[in-house]
Amino acid sequence: MKTLAENIVNSYIKIPEQTAITLLKNQNPEQLISYHQLILGAYAYAKALEKANIHPDEVVILILNHGENLIYSFFGAILHGAIPSIMPFLTEKLEPAHYRQSLQSLFEITRPSAIITYPEFIEEVRIASSNTSSIRAIFSTLDIQPSDPVNIENLLGLKRNAHDIVLLQHSSGTTGLQKGVALSHQAVINQIKSYSKALRLNSSQYGKDIIVSWLPLYHDMGLIAGFIMPILTQTPLILMSPFDWVRAPFKLMQTISKYRGTLSWLPNFAYNFCAQKVRARDLENVDLSSWRAVINCSEPMVWQSHQMFLERFKPYGFRAEALATSYAMAENVFAVTQGGIDYPIVIDSLDRQSLLFGKIATPSKNHDNAVMMVSAGKPIENTNVKVVDKKGNELPERHIGEIAIQSNCMLSSYYNRPDLTQKSFIDGWYLTGDLGYIAKGEIYITGRKKDLIIVGGKNIYPQDLERIAGEVPTVHPGRVVAFGVFNEEIGTEEVVIIAEVDTQDEEEKIRVGDEIRQRVTRSSDIALRYVHLVERNWLIKTSSGKIARSANREKFLAQCQ
Amino acid sequence: MNDDIISTLESFIAVKILKQPNRPVKEDEPLISSGLIDSFNLVDLALFIEDTFGVQIEDTELNVNTFDTLLQLSELIKSRMNI
Repeated sequence: MKTLAENIVNSYIKIPEQTAITLLKNQNPEQLISYHQLILGAYAYAKALEKANIHPDEVVILILNHGENLIYSFFGAILHGAIPSIMPFLTEKLEPAHYRQSLQSLFEITRPSAIITYPEFIEEVRIASSNTSSIRAIFSTLDIQPSDPVNIENLLGLKRNAHDIVLLQHSSGTTGLQKGVALSHQAVINQIKSYSKALRLNSSQYGKDIIVSWLPLYHDMGLIAGFIMPILTQTPLILMSPFDWVRAPFKLMQTISKYRGTLSWLPNFAYNFCAQKVRARDLENVDLSSWRAVINCSEPMVWQSHQMFLERFKPYGFRAEALATSYAMAENVFAVTQGGIDYPIVIDSLDRQSLLFGKIATPSKNHDNAVMMVSAGKPIENTNVKVVDKKGNELPERHIGEIAIQSNCMLSSYYNRPDLTQKSFIDGWYLTGDLGYIAKGEIYITGRKKDLIIVGGKNIYPQDLERIAGEVPTVHPGRVVAFGVFNEEIGTEEVVIIAEVDTQDEEEKIRVGDEIRQRVTRSSDIALRYVHLVERNWLIKTSSGKIARSANREKFLAQCQ
Repeated sequence: MNDDIISTLESFIAVKILKQPNRPVKEDEPLISSGLIDSFNLVDLALFIEDTFGVQIEDTELNVNTFDTLLQLSELIKSRMNI
């Protein structure tokens, strides 16, 4: 099978009645979606795209709530041979004007042909798309007429080639929207093949798997591990809503127990969040013994977070062997490595000083000053990993450098950005921007080259936040810095903004601080943890006059102590 | 009683959520819609309320339609406490 469309149509023909997705929604009864219903729902979208004269190979942007319309429209675009890209939608907290701006910048680069959204949002999309000539159709989910699939074999999606683009994936933030990761059918299929093998998915050893996910589908972890992989491999998927999970993390445990879930993926902060925020009364009769792997992925993995999770859920049957890890990125479709499946996760006890200042990850001699590094495991099949220096030369074992990868499931390009695509590769190796080292074949990630902030698995570009905060009156334009500080208690980074203001008046400062918080939340959906207002010339600049993020971060941390 | 509830909530929000202990939070100040507290904090707030006042706030109630200000939240708590 060479394309995604062929794969799901094949399941529709062979096992139409098998449940592909069990959709759980707050307070609603579960909704079972069989392969037959999946094709039925997707077919209606494929026909609507055809009627609107959208061609295969054109981009269709999906701005929809987590639910069946999102599922059907995604596969509908694929059945038509078009390229779906799922975008986060406007929440009550986000400011429409700002959201519109980020949609506009996405449209300008991606040049989509169609947009599918919910009825209440149609007007907003119309306004945002008014300057983009490529957009020929804007659909509301209400426009979609169900119809019986006839002449399935004529669907244009079945005529695609393995090397055609199947989907685009954007990371969050305005800056992130400027690069859509374009993936081919072949890349997605290769990834799923290698990754299923690394997971021992549905193997004779572990039996039939059941995947449980609450992750959003606009992110690679949710889209690939928690959506496309289970559907393509005919592994039952229990799909929860991210909005329900964040308000009631106990529902994940109850769902695992009820459906006998075996595999889940979580960003590191979720280990802390579940361990700290689940009440004993919500765990009555919960049995987590079916969980064979809970895979930590998409932000730095922390040993303490695993311990916290294990201690909290051990009394409910959770097994230490089920703790697993993965290093993943959309540019490799998803997983680069997998750990904790065939043997327990390897922990490397490092000398703290060597990690902070050195170039070599030195094992610790005494435990007082040790950092427990959690291995991300070994590369999956057909993915190679090496660590390189600034010139691109390969470094030996335990030397910290940039992680470079090569695989049979790499991105085709950053969509419409040949400049960025070219810059990301050296001699066929993709430079990830992540720093790390290799020891005995295990891959460890220690940090990042770029000033990226990761909050709860979501990538935040500090430049976006600095620009937003700089727009607040009283703040000196260009005299703002944003960075992340890791908080062990919550297991993820907290965002700090430091801004230079002229006023000494405390009330005025509170007002300015509030306005910065408000603008940042309404523009990026991220809550700031610290807003620090300082006098003129507090911020350290580089010799070229730019605000130095890491130097200011050090200065802030020194003052906090 | 009302003032007590409000001031207890106010100090929890200022100290634990905003990390600005001296920051006053007005009783009619929007908390969720303004972005002062986010969805992750809402669970903390619900757990704190349950531990402190002995009343339960269900996860389905943790949104801007149920409460957005200290005053609304304290009304909700009082209605559950039957006072």
